[in-house]
Amino acid sequence: MGIVSPGFSGRRRAADEKLPPGQYLVTDFPVLSAGPTPRVDTGKWELSITTEAGQVHRWDWAAFQALPTDEPTVDIHCVTKWSKLGTHWRGVSLDTLLADVKTSAGFAVAHSYGGYTTNLPLADLVDGQAWVAFDFEGKPLEAEHGGPARLLVPHLYFWKSAKWLTGITLSDHDEPGFWESLGYHNYGDPWREQRYWGD
Amino acid sequence: MSDDYMDGNMLGGELGELFSMDVTSAALTCVSCGASWMVAQTHVYPHAPGMVARCPTCDAVLLRLVRGPGRAWLDLRGVTCLQLAVPGS
Amino acid sequence: MARAAVLGRLTWRVGTVAALRDETDTARTIVLDVPGWPGQLAGQHVDVRLTAPDGYSTERSYSIASAPADGQADPPVVELTVQRLADGEVSPYLTQTLAVGYPLELRGPVGGWFVWNPDGPASARPVLLVAGGSGVVPLMAMIRERAAAGSHTPFKLIYSVRDPGALLYASELARRGQAGDGLGITYVYTRTAPPGSTEPTGRINAAALASAGWPPDQSPAVFVCGPTGFVEAVAGLLVHAGHDPGAIKTERFGPSGGKP
Repeated sequence: MGIVSPGFSGRRRAADEKLPPGQYLVTDFPVLSAGPTPRVDTGKWELSITTEAGQVHRWDWAAFQALPTDEPTVDIHCVTKWSKLGTHWRGVSLDTLLADVKTSAGFAVAHSYGGYTTNLPLADLVDGQAWVAFDFEGKPLEAEHGGPARLLVPHLYFWKSAKWLTGITLSDHDEPGFWESLGYHNYGDPWREQRYWGD
Repeated sequence: MSDDYMDGNMLGGELGELFSMDVTSAALTCVSCGASWMVAQTHVYPHAPGMVARCPTCDAVLLRLVRGPGRAWLDLRGVTCLQLAVPGS
Repeated sequence: MARAAVLGRLTWRVGTVAALRDETDTARTIVLDVPGWPGQLAGQHVDVRLTAPDGYSTERSYSIASAPADGQADPPVVELTVQRLADGEVSPYLTQTLAVGYPLELRGPVGGWFVWNPDGPASARPVLLVAGGSGVVPLMAMIRERAAAGSHTPFKLIYSVRDPGALLYASELARRGQAGDGLGITYVYTRTAPPGSTEPTGRINAAALASAGWPPDQSPAVFVCGPTGFVEAVAGLLVHAGHDPGAIKTERFGPSGGKP
């Protein structure tokens, strides 16, 4: 830890007991990105789920919007230590998307427009734990926050909630994604503070 | 804000803790498109769990850097090689 | 005199605020005593780190405003000029809370590319400096270094700001520009010009760069610094005018101010 800077407290509010270890509460919604913001026209948007057998299930925007939705209110935790409590989203549950998908795969990789990837066990995408979200706080999700649609997996660090989602591939083997291959924890449970390899 | 990329000059501090010479004036070649750039000229996206430097020509990821407690991870797979000026040699 | 490129790994060190100097209503120069400072080249920057009592910390980069000669003094002195951003997290602390005697953690000097060295191999080439807002800071270090080294390398500064109240180093630049030793300065005001000015306001354009800068056949070394949009626009105009892209060095700041 560096020397304390007298009189400095930073933008964020003090740490809260309801937060995972090492996190701070923020009132804004920081934008973190590894590259330029993809600008995806919903007319060209496509979401696909590809099974380990190579079978592809696809939705265009109209088909996706026709699916039943949930309105989860969740806490989100970024590995860079900011947390936001009680965020409101609207999205399609992965349980809905996977309903007709035949798979025995154990692992998933989420793919974003622009090339970003993140991996997680399939078990963490199902049973009401994950959505493909397209509205945030009652309005369409902005591009800089991952719109038209992003993955939302609030029980893991937010880098697992891939922005600009375009596909999920299912596999029998685990494949570390963009950050998981460069030091970030393969699973990423904020409550066990799994930020980096070896945590 | 995510489109406000910086440039590789700002990598100098982080990389300067890992290398004993200035890396911002190193030359690199993009694996994806073959363009040559100085590290200082790359487009750096600093608002991320790690730093990402992209090719100004084709936007491909050139290098990535993550700092953890007591450790750093550096991925240079996006460059064919780095050419560093080594003073005094 | 030893010119420190970067020798050895960079580490964090602690400076002490020796003096503070308001440059404008919203910008302040911080004068730091930094024991053990290895010296720097004009154009280099430092990373500044602030830490709250609970361990929360954040970093920003700021260009060194002082001439390298000050970094070689005893004790070494490093000056930073910080522009306060209304919604900033670090700049309000540096421009309003930080007081004489306070410690400030810094890492540097950083950068070996965006530098001008009066003893370097290219030091005879004329130099064009193009500054957008607080992008003038590293270029000011080059101007101060040129004077400290007694160099007569022809320098031209084109300095773009919103209005005269936003000018950093206003009186020092006026004095240096009138010294008659080969430094020419042109101001470009994007919103409001000084009273009595006949120049039109507006963003820097090809005509301004041509009339206030060097023609391509003079092969100037060019340094452009400021917000990303400004730097890209100016670099594009210069290349379009025939300047060698390899001779143009750029440093981008955040949208308006220090590098995040």
